[in-house]
Amino acid sequence: MIIDRDKWQEIFSTINKNKLRTFLTGFSVAWGIFMLIILLGSGRGLQNGVQHQFASDATNSLWIYQGQTTKPYKGTNAGRKIQFTNADYRRTKRLDKHINHISGRYYVGSKTISYKLNYGSYDIRAVNPGHKYIENTDITNGRFLNRLDMEHFSKVMVIGDIVRKDLFKHGINPLGKYVEVGNIPFKVIGVFKDAGGNGEMRKVYIPVSTAQRIFNGGNRLNQIMFTVGDATLKQTKQIEKELRTEFAKVHHFDPTDRRAIRISNNLDQYKKVMNLFLGIRIFIWIIGIGTIIAGIVGVSNIMMIVVKERTKEIGIRKALGATPKSIVGLILLESVVITSLAGYFGLMAGVGLLELVNKYMPPSDFFRNPEANLSIALTAMVLLVISGAIAGFIPAKKAASIKPIDALRNE
Amino acid sequence: MGKNKLHVLKGINLHIREGELVSIMGSSGSGKSTLLNILGILDSYDEGKYFLDKTLIAGLSEKKAAFYRNKMLGFVFQSFNLIPFKNAMENVALPLYYQKVARKKRNEIALEYLEKMGLKPWAEHLPNELSGGEKQRLAIARALISHPKVILADEPTGSLDSKTSMEVMELLRQINREGITMIIVTHEQDIAEQTDRIIHLKDGRIEIDASSDETKQKVFETLVEEKAEV
Repeated sequence: MIIDRDKWQEIFSTINKNKLRTFLTGFSVAWGIFMLIILLGSGRGLQNGVQHQFASDATNSLWIYQGQTTKPYKGTNAGRKIQFTNADYRRTKRLDKHINHISGRYYVGSKTISYKLNYGSYDIRAVNPGHKYIENTDITNGRFLNRLDMEHFSKVMVIGDIVRKDLFKHGINPLGKYVEVGNIPFKVIGVFKDAGGNGEMRKVYIPVSTAQRIFNGGNRLNQIMFTVGDATLKQTKQIEKELRTEFAKVHHFDPTDRRAIRISNNLDQYKKVMNLFLGIRIFIWIIGIGTIIAGIVGVSNIMMIVVKERTKEIGIRKALGATPKSIVGLILLESVVITSLAGYFGLMAGVGLLELVNKYMPPSDFFRNPEANLSIALTAMVLLVISGAIAGFIPAKKAASIKPIDALRNE
Repeated sequence: MGKNKLHVLKGINLHIREGELVSIMGSSGSGKSTLLNILGILDSYDEGKYFLDKTLIAGLSEKKAAFYRNKMLGFVFQSFNLIPFKNAMENVALPLYYQKVARKKRNEIALEYLEKMGLKPWAEHLPNELSGGEKQRLAIARALISHPKVILADEPTGSLDSKTSMEVMELLRQINREGITMIIVTHEQDIAEQTDRIIHLKDGRIEIDASSDETKQKVFETLVEEKAEV
């Protein structure tokens, strides 16, 4: 039935004869698909953008920042600054069985780093070896800091890829070379990349023990962060609570004082954002389905008119010996052809627009790589074609069952 | 069409033999079109029996009805009922399409029939490019192509001028002479005169079944009276 040339010819001649009507039917379908693609694509783009922000750090990490007390506690005044030390690091490490990778951070700040005649100002991060897993640092060459570096207060440095490009021109291998911070030489032991972007790759890492010794840190730390393995959100909340209790006890602040130390729970934020996206996705689907339904209604409407207009022709065909099946097939095929072609155009236009946006719009923190799930788009199209067929089927069935004489009288 | 049953035909006892040339006359509302539609399986009836070529036509499935229409019957309508977006050849070939004849073959046959009707030069033309007489000859060619047993013509000359009417009538007579039963519904005396038998319907009943010249004449007189009454 499908490869019957006559049927095709008839379909195309009716389509040709009714260009406006065909266009309107097609348009409602194409528009539905187009909007669905754009909606899905931009939803995905939004999600990609935000997810990308999370990509720079482990999503299952907790970050502890030192703060200032806001409540007087056991004879101490409000406004006291809390200072972390190496003891806090060790304490935190033992706190909970979920804590696996942990690092302290000592703020060294920006320093001028030079290699021979090349130099630049770069942020130095003094950290523990576990930091690699917290920041999702991707070592491209050499290695990251290790326990021995810590124990021996080694003057070693892991540099960001942009630092490498700045200091080591002409593709010089930086490994084993010495760079200077002030007058102190550091041996480059590794190069890293970071999904967090260029800012992250303009940093260098040195052992926190070395930094405390060279840059007058004593035993002070400014920040402690750790990953919690596969702990659930509830478990991380528990860890937060334990942290507060423990730190409050040691640093003598009111456990209810939220400002004394700040804990940033990445998992919590990640989950919240993902929930937000779930909401957005549902919203997009509701709108998308609404658009598709509008398309279906459009197709049904037009098919009803098509059948009405063709009643006389159907009568003639029946008088000449057409079976109801052949009549239904004819109208159905027309509906399917129009909806599939139009759906295809809508699909192409939508995907095309997304591609253009992808190509010419710089990725931002909120929007990147808008892409429509092609299988969803195809499903939507198939859905439209099927509903177009159903929309055509009901009036076609009705038309095929009217008596030829009634159809012929229909002027 | 209301929900109440309206009996248009109120008892018709009629036997038309193979190869007859019959006309059905009657004023409007007499049931002549209804009768023709039942004969053509275009409409259904709820009482009585209709045999077409010894086959009882009753309670047929749509598919079966389509089959009989296609194989046994040819239709000629007042308004031609050609498909406007198909050219002359395709219009003529359409009944063969429903007999699943291959495209090339049926177009060939259609051309033969067009030639018989003197329409071959217009084979590629659309119906609206043809004159009324040409359209009707096209419709006749279409009715003939499936070798029907009966041709049913509903006011075949109703939309034609008198000269063309005579030409079309001559064509129908000629087809009848080749052995095809011809039933013509008409209200025109000069058309009916050319048929062998005139059935005069009045209020759904056969008033006069006229085969001789005298009875035919009587039909015409009665019809004039009927008209005068209105």
